[in-house]
Amino acid sequence: MRTMFKSLWALTLMSVFLTSCGNGGSSNKGALSGSVAEKVYVAPGEHDEFYAFVSGGFSGQLAVYGLPSGRLFKVIPVFSVDAEKGYGFNEETKPLLNTSFGQIPWGDSHHPDISQTNGELDGRWVFINENNTPRIARIDLSTFETVETIEIPNTAGNHSSSYVTENTEYVVAGTRFGIPVPQRDLPIDEYKGNFKGVLSFLSVDPEEGHMDMSFQIMMPGFDYDKAHPGRGDSHGWFFFTTYNSEEANSLLEVNASQNDKDFIAAVNWKKAEEYIKAGKFKTLPTNYAHNIYDESTHMATTTWKKEVRMLDPAECPGLVYFLPTPKSPHGCDVDPTGEYIVGSGKLSADVTVHSFSKMIKAIENEQFSGDAYGIPIVDFEAVHAGSVKQSGLGPLHTEFDAEGYAYTTFFISSEVVKWKLGTWEVIDRKPTYYSVGHLMIPGGNSAKPFGKYLMAMNKITKDRYLPTGPEVTHSAQLYDISGEKMELLLDFPTIGEPHYAAGIPADLVKPRSKKIYKLEENNHPYVTKNEQEAKVVRKGKEVHIYMTMIRSHFAPDNIEGVQVGDKVYFHVTNLEQDYDVPHGISMIGANTSELLIMPGQTETFIWEPKHVGVWPFYCTDFCSALHQEMQGYVRVSPKGSKVPISFTLDGDAVDAE
Amino acid sequence: MILGSLFLLGLFVLPMWNITLEAPQYPIPLGMDIYTHKFEDTHEHDIKNINLMNHYVGMKYIPETIPEFSLFPWAVAIMTALGVLIGFTGGYRWFFAWLVLMCLLGIAGMTDFYLWEYDYGHNLDPKAIMNFKNPDGSPMGFQPPLFGSKDILNFTAHSYPRSGAYMMFIGMLLIFWAYRIGKKEAKAS
Repeated sequence: MRTMFKSLWALTLMSVFLTSCGNGGSSNKGALSGSVAEKVYVAPGEHDEFYAFVSGGFSGQLAVYGLPSGRLFKVIPVFSVDAEKGYGFNEETKPLLNTSFGQIPWGDSHHPDISQTNGELDGRWVFINENNTPRIARIDLSTFETVETIEIPNTAGNHSSSYVTENTEYVVAGTRFGIPVPQRDLPIDEYKGNFKGVLSFLSVDPEEGHMDMSFQIMMPGFDYDKAHPGRGDSHGWFFFTTYNSEEANSLLEVNASQNDKDFIAAVNWKKAEEYIKAGKFKTLPTNYAHNIYDESTHMATTTWKKEVRMLDPAECPGLVYFLPTPKSPHGCDVDPTGEYIVGSGKLSADVTVHSFSKMIKAIENEQFSGDAYGIPIVDFEAVHAGSVKQSGLGPLHTEFDAEGYAYTTFFISSEVVKWKLGTWEVIDRKPTYYSVGHLMIPGGNSAKPFGKYLMAMNKITKDRYLPTGPEVTHSAQLYDISGEKMELLLDFPTIGEPHYAAGIPADLVKPRSKKIYKLEENNHPYVTKNEQEAKVVRKGKEVHIYMTMIRSHFAPDNIEGVQVGDKVYFHVTNLEQDYDVPHGISMIGANTSELLIMPGQTETFIWEPKHVGVWPFYCTDFCSALHQEMQGYVRVSPKGSKVPISFTLDGDAVDAE
Repeated sequence: MILGSLFLLGLFVLPMWNITLEAPQYPIPLGMDIYTHKFEDTHEHDIKNINLMNHYVGMKYIPETIPEFSLFPWAVAIMTALGVLIGFTGGYRWFFAWLVLMCLLGIAGMTDFYLWEYDYGHNLDPKAIMNFKNPDGSPMGFQPPLFGSKDILNFTAHSYPRSGAYMMFIGMLLIFWAYRIGKKEAKAS
């Protein structure tokens, strides 16, 4: 009994000690500190320290999370329609989904990247690529809306995208599925030598952010998987991993896994600029959509582009070199100094690291071990800086902190491994749940990482959450990496499949986030800036309703003279100029989504009335105490009816036309 | 005396008074600065948003301009000119007279402000969306306080002088001081 008391006493003492340790040691002690919950707790009303922009994968969207809390703030619609926000349903955003294949309602978004200035995150835009119908989108971080999409011609499976250079000079695109360029009718088994893998460099306007297809490079038909830009000394270069250097066209899981080494393609884009200037390109005819959303007109428009400038590396010496890299490398990551290029052979147990300075020397000394389609292959030993040996199974992606450490995910062995650049020694490893794909450290692929948290994005979830039938959410995990050892802090669910994410300190974005759109700056062709200007105009079969909304009514709210068979345009302007007072509108039987209109914004939906009667519309976003009263009616008369167009608010009738 | 009256000029560029409304839904409160010649938003669009709030209880919109805005600047200009003139020519008794006149004008201004506030808070649209009654059954008014803070439904209204008025007070104190010195000097001689 006495002993029991003693041990109880000891336990109590110990727990008191541990507790006080936890409370006092809220600073970064890594795995040694007490309260994990405290580290991810963001008190009600407080803000997170970081934004995380997480790709939605097969949802086609981009999710905005806060870290360390893991709270979801917004899903930004990018490549897929979103009925919640009217994206792709209202007339203003439909053009953003235009491609040479027509309007596409879905996309597969992969790798968000934040714009940079001098190699550091500047928080102006997020770029994200679409893999299926190759595109790149730009999201403006003052509005958190998609403001531009551009189709990538001569490309299939735009996977090695959409990474930006040190000053956002370029955002890149690449080909994962080799195709005939230009497209033509070919037997599939004539792949080898005939199929190509085009890489694209899109310049970015430093002020407006507008993308422009600057040039493409006609590469051999390997699969260009991932990419990252050089920085510091290696600024001016871009690195792309390749697999399927076997050029297989069937059963790739076997046939593309035969070569002991594939390549990292090192592209000298400054050299490319010289070749473009010197006119060493071919102009290829093509057709692709470039869609830009104008914040002043609140409307997107499509421009059709008809040609592209193509460089052939065989005819442009010094443009591209191949760096042999073991076993179908996937991740291609460049450390903050720009010296190390990390290639993760996904079928390997090692992580291979190349040295940029060694590469330059090897090129000067022409230490080549051959060529592929006229592109020199640099001797492996001459470029190899070192390998992280037996570090895990199936390395995929690497990010960096500011202290000279790298963190690599291992899909097969399901873990994150921390290792030291230069010595290649493994420092720590932590399991992930399960089968991690990408990882993200805010700024972890820039010259200035913010190495406090690491977010792992897992491909398999299984039992981590309450089950939701056969389909379960994808899971992200947050680790504290401020100490020597990593510490798992939090699991949180994500949308679609998070391929990659980009994190940034909130302070770099928050101050620029807009609260409203200014009504006086609204240049929408169908804007109605005050209730007196509200009207209904018939143009043949088309009826245009210029409508306003403000707490808590529409103007006009009684409309007559519409007929079955008409095409009715609701051009609705939200007259509010107050933060967080959006209004919505929807019409019974409209074959489209609601509109969700921000203060000062104008949006349009089309309604084609099919039945005679009086049909209501209403505000779909609980806007105010009188939200339930925010409604109106349209009277629909038979075709050819004599009922004139009229529109009223509170009985004040004004005849139109 | 001259310096004191010149302080009045601050009223041309600085707000005289401010009304601020706090509510749970407005973590950044709504506010209106009152100048001698205009109303101004504390943050862009605040007046529009105050109007939107107040229309629920049937309060009138805050007008773009009021007749006083054409009177106040003249009063300030004349008082300043008068002050400077007296500073050059007049004796301390004149200083006192100026102060009395200024105080009378101030009282007149505040009375006018009160009357407007009263009308603003009580002259409500009979079709108002929401009607509130005081515990005694009389219709509830929404008059902002003349000076100080007051709870009105979900809002807390604050009504306080601003930098322009403070400059005016400093000016008046200076003039009072000048009057005292003048009086002492007059007695001494």
